Amino acid sequence: MHAFANPARFLRLARWLMPLLLVSGLVLSMGAVLYGLLVVPPDRLMGETVRILFIHVPAAWLGMAGWSTIAIASLVELVWRHPLAAIAARAAAVPGAAFTAICLATGSIWARPTWGTWWVWDGRLTSFLILLFLYFGYIALSGAAQRDMASGGGGNRITAIFGLVGAINIPIINRSVVWWNSLHQPPSITAGKSSIDGTFLWPLLIAAVGFSLIFGGVVLARMRTLLAEIQTEARLRRKALG
Amino acid sequence: MSETRTGGIKPKHQRLVLLVIALVALIGAGLLAAYALSNQASYFYVPADLMKDPPEQGRAIRLGGMVEKGSLKTRTDGVTIDFLVGDGKARVPVRFTGITPDLFVEGSGVVAEGRMEGQTFVADNLLAKHDENYVPRQMGDMTEAQAKAVVAETK
Repeated sequence: MHAFANPARFLRLARWLMPLLLVSGLVLSMGAVLYGLLVVPPDRLMGETVRILFIHVPAAWLGMAGWSTIAIASLVELVWRHPLAAIAARAAAVPGAAFTAICLATGSIWARPTWGTWWVWDGRLTSFLILLFLYFGYIALSGAAQRDMASGGGGNRITAIFGLVGAINIPIINRSVVWWNSLHQPPSITAGKSSIDGTFLWPLLIAAVGFSLIFGGVVLARMRTLLAEIQTEARLRRKALG
Repeated sequence: MSETRTGGIKPKHQRLVLLVIALVALIGAGLLAAYALSNQASYFYVPADLMKDPPEQGRAIRLGGMVEKGSLKTRTDGVTIDFLVGDGKARVPVRFTGITPDLFVEGSGVVAEGRMEGQTFVADNLLAKHDENYVPRQMGDMTEAQAKAVVAETK
């Protein structure tokens, strides 16, 4: 792993991995979502609205995976001070927030015909909305830290601590439907078992793989951008000083 | 940033140990808080809760459970319905006037917003609760055994 902590080597790897992830992710997720929209039969109770499953559930997983990425990268940054860890954490924030927002929006659209309401303040929905606000806070904080770093401060460490502390929300989201009575249904897929019929489950899993590849591709793209920005800034500063 | 040795412990390891301790404390605190919230954070009461610890008459609460099979009756005005909500341990009679959500059927989950009036729960609003099972429509009409056989085949 140490080999990839070298930014130059990382950039060489990212240059061909990024388009590969994006293209394969787009193909898989488009295929699965189109299959879900056009081929899959309607659900016994929900009818046609079941099709939103193929976007809602992968988006929810990636919203949570995004913050897990931030937390792990923050830990690596704080302990081992890897130069790329801080950049990886910052790069995961925007796609993570986007998937969280997609999950909330699609969930709300599904809830109106299914439950009879757009929104309720139950454990799952509330904790997921908090995740979105944590992302907003993280994005604002990491932006401020970047400006702080430029003037010689240690703002990146505060961002990393926030990323770690915010991770406490992830198990709470996961357990919210088990600990508390909630309007949101309990987990359908638990260790090795699924109460989702195979007709829905396979396109769902393929969509999840596709969305994950897109997520990885976007993170790599943003890491490249952030690295380029840092290089430009350093070059400008050298010029100004020299 | 200097990685000098202080008392035989690398700063890297010191940071790791400190962070792990901080994380364990943080997760412990979070779990304790979530545990303490256990009842307050619930979205609704189940019938057994109402039996064990009856709420004040007229206080706005939510009641959740299964609509008991065979208990749903429409009154002569055509818009008022009576049904029983059960959780396997207790059951509460519910009255509701209005349009029900599409998923509201006997044997499925429901969350009713309203208040206790006497022994009856008077609902202002009904929310249908979907369970964690996703089954295609064709299979919904099959018996349990038939559905299992089809699922086994497609696996």
